[in-house]
Amino acid sequence: MTDRFVTRGFVGRRSDPTSPPGVDSGRSPADRTPPGQYLTRDFPILSAGPTPRTPLDRWSFYLEGLVREPVTWTWDAFTALPAKDWTVDISCVTKWTKLDMRWRGVSIDTLLEAVELDPMAAFAIAHCDGGYTTNLPIGDLVDGQAFVAWEYDGRPLEAEHGGPARLVVPARYFWKSAKWIRGIRFVDRDVPGFWESLGYHNRGDQWLEERYSGD
Amino acid sequence: MEDERATDAQADHVLDGNAVAGMLMAAFGSEMSAIPGQCAHCGTMSMVAELRAYTRAPGAVLRCPTCAGVVLRIVETRDAVLVDARGASYLRFARR
Amino acid sequence: MLNPIPWRIATISAVHDETPSVRTYTIALPEWPGHRAGQHVDVRLTAEDGYSVERSYSIASEPERTGEIDLTVERIEGGEVSAFLHDVAVVGDRLEVRGPIGGYFVWEASSPGPLFLVAGGSGVVPLMAMLRHRARAAAGARSTIPTRLLFSSRHLEDVIYRDELDRLAAAGDGLEVVHTLTRSQPPGWTGYSRRIDDRMIAEVLDPLGAGARTFICGPTPLVEVAANALDRLGLPRDRIRTERFGPSGP
Repeated sequence: MTDRFVTRGFVGRRSDPTSPPGVDSGRSPADRTPPGQYLTRDFPILSAGPTPRTPLDRWSFYLEGLVREPVTWTWDAFTALPAKDWTVDISCVTKWTKLDMRWRGVSIDTLLEAVELDPMAAFAIAHCDGGYTTNLPIGDLVDGQAFVAWEYDGRPLEAEHGGPARLVVPARYFWKSAKWIRGIRFVDRDVPGFWESLGYHNRGDQWLEERYSGD
Repeated sequence: MEDERATDAQADHVLDGNAVAGMLMAAFGSEMSAIPGQCAHCGTMSMVAELRAYTRAPGAVLRCPTCAGVVLRIVETRDAVLVDARGASYLRFARR
Repeated sequence: MLNPIPWRIATISAVHDETPSVRTYTIALPEWPGHRAGQHVDVRLTAEDGYSVERSYSIASEPERTGEIDLTVERIEGGEVSAFLHDVAVVGDRLEVRGPIGGYFVWEASSPGPLFLVAGGSGVVPLMAMLRHRARAAAGARSTIPTRLLFSSRHLEDVIYRDELDRLAAAGDGLEVVHTLTRSQPPGWTGYSRRIDDRMIAEVLDPLGAGARTFICGPTPLVEVAANALDRLGLPRDRIRTERFGPSGP
């Protein structure tokens, strides 16, 4: 970066990385903060459009595409699936990181038990109310790496934060954790999603600081 | 008229194209706020300043005030400004 | 390729408190190209480690004042830039500024009137630039543009530019200022005491007529209410211009 003018006395509203207590006592908060990120205690709301508000009696979740038989769950059936509690650190590409976020939901592994993936299936495209999409290799979603959450911090997930249900992929920048998810389409060729198609990195690993394409 | 006020706190954070005018000027090299464009989804003509702007995001998303369809998307990367204008059938630059 | 809108380094040359939470910064700018009433600038702050934030602020001063501009900034709770400006910045400090920006929400005194201005809180800032420009243009002129400002504030002590607005309105050049105080009113207050609504818009607009050109600026909900009211009154869309500032401060 070229020499930038520095504003006298400006530090910004950022938490001291040594201050928040961590559930993961094995690593310090500073160690848990990916490169270029700042810790926050807030839960900032970022959105690309109006908040969708799908009533639960009209909500459904599907798996389709390169599967032998597509499957759809109603809200009641979906939330009756074996659920788990997850406490994870989240990083957004806009540079905030929040430690120990508590979610409850169903793992993608559990969802995949309901379908038989075609051997050609390599990528998953998340489709959401409001039209948002994001893409991930299937390998990034399995083995406990991702889940669909309907509770945050012990309460039903609020619409502003992606409720009734959102995808959560803690090992990727939070734009991959698609809010208002309604289904996943399995494909053999990757389809860059909403932000991936306009300059953001296709994979988005925050520990490798994969923010923009070409990083 | 209380019931007409937005109860969605998020609605309060919606700005308009005035908020991205600096970014657009840096990208296009000239003032863009008063440029009219046609929404590719519903055909409504709006000036860029009249589009509803969602700026609390990894990029800026400008939506049609009539149908909420995405008209413009703008992302600032380290060394460039990317603009996706596919949501506009056209932008109209008056001849001087 | 020449940068059409370079970042310039400006110096704070004066600071003036307008209300307990609103302050005006006079910024001296080298090689400032001049501006139009209603335009804004982007201000960028950068920390030692490269962390930076940008915000837009409307220019409060009239184009006739050259070499320096006024930015009137409300201190927003949790606002990174406004908190820095209010709590840290002092006269002599330098800021990165780019502009002027804006070709839509602008007004020249040469435009035909009448002029209807609707402001909520700090939304009055770009409209004040218009009124200051109008006053300079009106001075010495034989005819002046009938103008009304409808200005919504929470309490009397929050009314930005209160004294100056009183003076401008007393000049007898066709400007009237109508206040509404939405949270509390002083004893004996006979003005509006509620949020802007359809009826208020209709009443305040009435003397100007349907030919008025309107500028609305303030928190998004207020702008929506006012714009919808004017729409229902049948004012043509192309004579209504809006600038949304996001949610109101505390």
